[in-house]
Amino acid sequence: MSRDGAIFWLKPFVARPIALLGLGILLGTVLAAIFAPWLAPYDPYAIDPSIRLTPPNALHWFGTDQFGRDTLSRAIQSARMALLIGSGVVVFALATGVPIGVLSALFPRLGHVLMRMVDVLMAFPSLLLALGLIVVLGPSVMNAILAIGLGYTTTTTRIVYGLTLRLRVETYVEASRSMGAGTAWLIGKHILPNLVSPLLVQASFVFAFAQLGAASLDFLGLGAPPEIPSWGNMLAESRTFITRAPWLLFFPGMMIVATAFSLNLVGDALRDRLDPRFRQLFGEKG
Amino acid sequence: MWSYSLKRAATTAVTLLAASVIIFAFIHIVPGDPIYVLLGDTATPDQIDALRHQLGLDQPIILQYLTWIGHVLEGNLGRSIFFQAPVLSVIADGAETSVLLATMTMIWVTLIGVPIGMIAAVRHGTWLDQGLSGAAMLMASIPTFWVGLYLILIFAAWLGWFPSSGYPSIFEGGVVNLRYLVLPSLALAAPNAALILRLTRASMLDVSREDYVRTARAKGIRPWQVVSRHILRNALLAVVSAFGFTFAALLSEAVVTETVFALPGIGRLVVQSILRRDYPVIQGVILVIVVVYLLINLIVDLSYRLLDPRVELQ
Repeated sequence: MSRDGAIFWLKPFVARPIALLGLGILLGTVLAAIFAPWLAPYDPYAIDPSIRLTPPNALHWFGTDQFGRDTLSRAIQSARMALLIGSGVVVFALATGVPIGVLSALFPRLGHVLMRMVDVLMAFPSLLLALGLIVVLGPSVMNAILAIGLGYTTTTTRIVYGLTLRLRVETYVEASRSMGAGTAWLIGKHILPNLVSPLLVQASFVFAFAQLGAASLDFLGLGAPPEIPSWGNMLAESRTFITRAPWLLFFPGMMIVATAFSLNLVGDALRDRLDPRFRQLFGEKG
Repeated sequence: MWSYSLKRAATTAVTLLAASVIIFAFIHIVPGDPIYVLLGDTATPDQIDALRHQLGLDQPIILQYLTWIGHVLEGNLGRSIFFQAPVLSVIADGAETSVLLATMTMIWVTLIGVPIGMIAAVRHGTWLDQGLSGAAMLMASIPTFWVGLYLILIFAAWLGWFPSSGYPSIFEGGVVNLRYLVLPSLALAAPNAALILRLTRASMLDVSREDYVRTARAKGIRPWQVVSRHILRNALLAVVSAFGFTFAALLSEAVVTETVFALPGIGRLVVQSILRRDYPVIQGVILVIVVVYLLINLIVDLSYRLLDPRVELQ
């Protein structure tokens, strides 16, 4: 991205301090995930029954859980799972939605069939679709990514389809075609570069909602295996102790909210920088 | 109007048909032979063959599908392995809870989302608007089960104002039993109220840019009358249509909330059936929810067109 481009995209963040806050939280989560082993004050897996269910104190800022494990260390470690699920879902949604959407718009006959299939998938509410897939595939991190991702394949496909339909009748695209440009050239030179900004917006929202979807699956015991620390798993485990140890409920939940909120803020700020003709394709999603 | 309605109904029917193929296939692609799931590990080969024949699983797959869809149209969704009862009656048992929960949630969503969205739109661009819109985005970023657990902690465990779990039918204990649904419906309402809030705001802002609003203002009509008569009426059209979708989506979103509050609804039934490997029930619930979802979408679409004839016919 050129310097002017960077300034263009950074502007909404400077104009809106709250969007800057979102960017900050996001950066913090990424850093926490990368440097988890160095940042965590204790081993997130170390069990110490003598200090089980200790409220937050100077030694254990977020308190300890029913096995005496340090909640702060586990919360930091869980950032890895959050980023893995979030980026996995985004990659899956884009890797499926972009080709299907672009090809459907460029080849109307194929598009007719593919977009009808997308409609059929959209008849399944997203959480139900995810649960059904988990039943078929079995619970695991990878399958959680697929199950949540498929729900966003449909929305991503629709957005890409709508954008490409508009782009293909642009004068410069038609000019290029009239000069003999092939479809592959058009896609690479004119379509895809114009999809980058709207897809950045879509990626932010998908990442945010993937956090909530993954937390729900974990909470139901159908997401990441219980031995892997994740915010959803931590909440599921703390359920039995909510009256005795409310701090176990507070911190992992705050992490989920902060991550999802920051991505929503970033997406919202980026959306305002989009071409107004493209903006309307992003309905009010949240 | 009629030709559109017919066309739209036909599309829904085709979508439903395609969805039914997926739902039918579901039970055939789950890991393990359904026969073993039904009979357990101790079944003899003879028993297996007998049941396979009885269920028609030795028939060609197309024939199996046609038999299944025929049964479905007669209201026969198969038998629950766990309950040893017809799937439809198992689902019907959960329907009361789910429908009441969704209705109560929609009441909160309307009471919270619409007025606050209106205020944000009227005060567009001010700090109040930014604060309310930001709060809505925050609400949409909170997992419903987390809100639910906090509501249990504060209003059930600490204050003791509401029961923390379960739901005895209002047909047995009277309307007072609705208090069991207050906390779950509030938890479920939080993100959906946020959506309706943002939608109300956006749609009011859209309408307020229309020419007839400018004309009304130019004529000297009082500002609040412009808002209530010209903007609000037209803006609410889009909001009302979103109500339909939200209500339909609630039936599946309630999965997590019903689990947190141990409500005997359809959502908790799905989760428990998944853990029990009661595949016929999972299949039945998915089918019912998809049918309801598509029908509500159809009704919303048609009534939207009825209310606003300007909407272009495709």
